[in-house]
Amino acid sequence: MSDGFEIQYPGNALGNAAPAPVTPRDVPNRGGDQNPSGAALRQQFADAIERVDVVWGVTNVYVRPDRVLDIVRWLHDDSSQRYDYLSDVTAVEYRDLEAPIEVVWHLRSLPFRRELRLKAQLPKNKPLEIASVWSIYKCADWLERECFDMFGIRFIGHPDLRRILMWEQYREGFPLRKDFPLRGRFSRAEQLRQALAANPEARYSMEELSIADAFEDLPTDMRKRLKGGERTGE
Amino acid sequence: MATQKRTVEVALSTTGVDAAGRPQRVPLVTADDGSPVAVEAPPMVEPDLAGEHMLINIGPQHPATHGVLRLVLELDGETVVRCIPHIGYLHCGFEKLGEYRQYNQILPLTDREDYLNAMGNNVGCAMSAERLFGIEITERCKVLRVIACELSRIASHLVWLGTTCIDIGAFTPFLWAFQQREYIYDLIEAWVGARLTPTITRVGGLAADIPDGWMAQLGEFTRKFPHTVDEIDKMLTKNGIWVGRTIGLGVMTPEEATNWGLSGPMLRASGVAFDVRKDFPYYDYETYDFDVPVGTNGDVYDRYLVRMEELRQSVRIVEQAAKRLPDGPINVDDPRVILPNKSKATSEMESMIHHFKLVMEGPRPPLGEAYVAMESPKGEKGYYMVSDGTSKPVRWRIRPPSFVNLAAIPKMVEGHLLSDVIAINASIDIVMGEIDR
Amino acid sequence: MGLTPRPEHRVVEYNPSSQEGWVATKLDFLVNWGRANSLWPMPFGTACCAIEFMATAASRFDLARFGMERMSFSPRQADVLICAGRVPFKLAPVIRRIWQQMPQPKWAIAMGACASSGNIFDNYAVVQGIDTIIPVDVYVPGCPPRPEGLMYGIMLLQEKVKSERMNDKTIRAEMEPDPKSKLYIPPPVIDELSEPFGNSVHQTRSGL
Repeated sequence: MSDGFEIQYPGNALGNAAPAPVTPRDVPNRGGDQNPSGAALRQQFADAIERVDVVWGVTNVYVRPDRVLDIVRWLHDDSSQRYDYLSDVTAVEYRDLEAPIEVVWHLRSLPFRRELRLKAQLPKNKPLEIASVWSIYKCADWLERECFDMFGIRFIGHPDLRRILMWEQYREGFPLRKDFPLRGRFSRAEQLRQALAANPEARYSMEELSIADAFEDLPTDMRKRLKGGERTGE
Repeated sequence: MATQKRTVEVALSTTGVDAAGRPQRVPLVTADDGSPVAVEAPPMVEPDLAGEHMLINIGPQHPATHGVLRLVLELDGETVVRCIPHIGYLHCGFEKLGEYRQYNQILPLTDREDYLNAMGNNVGCAMSAERLFGIEITERCKVLRVIACELSRIASHLVWLGTTCIDIGAFTPFLWAFQQREYIYDLIEAWVGARLTPTITRVGGLAADIPDGWMAQLGEFTRKFPHTVDEIDKMLTKNGIWVGRTIGLGVMTPEEATNWGLSGPMLRASGVAFDVRKDFPYYDYETYDFDVPVGTNGDVYDRYLVRMEELRQSVRIVEQAAKRLPDGPINVDDPRVILPNKSKATSEMESMIHHFKLVMEGPRPPLGEAYVAMESPKGEKGYYMVSDGTSKPVRWRIRPPSFVNLAAIPKMVEGHLLSDVIAINASIDIVMGEIDR
Repeated sequence: MGLTPRPEHRVVEYNPSSQEGWVATKLDFLVNWGRANSLWPMPFGTACCAIEFMATAASRFDLARFGMERMSFSPRQADVLICAGRVPFKLAPVIRRIWQQMPQPKWAIAMGACASSGNIFDNYAVVQGIDTIIPVDVYVPGCPPRPEGLMYGIMLLQEKVKSERMNDKTIRAEMEPDPKSKLYIPPPVIDELSEPFGNSVHQTRSGL
């Protein structure tokens, strides 16, 4: 630690001849310069890329939901891409109730100074499930939990997918869904009654902290129930 | 290597740190003759001495958690074995509210989300909306927005400095920092009338132009403020207690910091020189001459040094912006978003209808989406707006930097002492309003 | 509404020629004078208002002039709960618990529009005024209130404390929530208070 780390500069993969970044001006709505990663993705995953377009200067890549993990892993690992920074994971639900819910990843490549927006469309008539990118980017942990909390999208492979902003016993649904009313589903008195019924000290327990460690020592039936998704401690 | 000017001049090597990074002999006070007063290093704590773990709950109402963060810690003696953060105690549904508001009505929400950086958020959110409308704001507006961003960065770092000092046990810098904040409040108040939640921007411009004499007031502030930074610097940087309580804590390597998505001073202290203002510039930040401080150890002390240097660099930017402030209008000439002149609106029928429609129906951007990132004091702050052509966005998303930074706290505190949890938590510079939204 | 005239009990008799140096006053006056000038605040700071509260306590505004420089971060040693900031439903049991931990006599100030009425956050997550959870003595409007505004609120609270009577048993009665629902006011009243502009027209517990 005392000898320090080697300082990493964004854009270091571009070489000295690369022009310094400048403020974008008069960005067009559609068209404009496409991120080279868009074409590279088309070449690499021809069957999994549905559409590539440029909206207000940022390249949108629509990918097939079942191939997200492969694509993100390739973008992260390939030496010509090196998307080492995940800015954001979120979802968009449109007011058109037929339109699919979109999961959106904002990726950044610090060495190449690029930004890329990946999108996967989840139709509403199927369970909202998509692969978690937690195994590639650790910062996806809380971002995906928030997305689950607000939209109810299950991220398969996430180690600890539970509510993060609302409390565990929250029963009104997923707040950012369009069918969720702004003021919630219940009356104010009922909302307050439910909130006050929660014991502020009971929100954590020994189980919550140590159940993972003690898992092997638990009785068989309890292990079976926990594997089935039962929650403990609350 | 780099195509832009970067300076890494922050003196980060402190004498008396052994190979493991733990302080052994730290000079106590700024001794001019260079004679250090030795402080004994705390003994290394071996994990799992007793085997019996204790559960401790900090928060949600605790003065050292900077709001309503709650940390559940499992302790082995005084060493943290596991840390589970609980957030959401300040979840106020900002993003849901944004879907029910017109683009100009969203701006007041941004004040209240990261309330330490209110003006910076106004600018970022307006920038995102303007990208969605395809508006290029005027030159004067750009420079004024840069001034607003940097003033608000200074104000935010001052709160961080004051509260961190209180957490670690020094009270005086808190008073000094808040005194300087009052001068910034005076400036904001003279400009738009509010202290903490000014809402200075509008889509396509600003709420108001600066009043007469404001630049002189600003010059007075930028002239006096570095003196306070120097004083605090003198008080803390070589102070044995401060160094001993911050050095070697919560270390994140550059690879870890990038992978955990840290940004802002947290990322730069870990040795990754990523600054949105330099790498994805906006508002002509590339034409300002300023340096990005980068740490080399990634610990709490480096984060402190990086933020102290950013205070000085922000003053530099404000001074340059004040010099180049051009004359001209502050609002774009775009009838889609800008209200007509008040006297016209009350005398001409067309202007009145225009005014009425803009206020009642709101401006309508074309179909599309825009993610605009800016460098907030906490890190990369992004505003993601999706429009379906109506006057209200389909989705308004805030990319909260301190939310992502805080997610790394279990990684940073585990293995450290309980008292160091407070220092590490303070070094993240969390704002619960932004984390929980 | 308005301020009701306070009974004239600020009477101190003092005889300078007496060798013992005695003072004659009412017990009410003496106790209230002591209480009002050494209120220990418990800052329940959640959001923006907490920053203004810190500004009030810091250099320029100096809350110490009101005998309040001793912030009591533990509710057990506090006299007045200053709720500065938004209170979402997730925080509701916490503020209720803190209020119950405070010993009598105790008072509460709702600082800012969010604590008083929910402010612009009329949505699924935010309590529409903390007076639906705990009784509130003084509401300080503003978003956030200026430090001067908070000080005015504190001075109003001091006035209120000074006009209390020790033999009035109703003032210091502990709030007793309904054991089943944990609410201390009936649900229809909560719904009514939570309407837009509800609190500003129904000041149930202002007491002044």
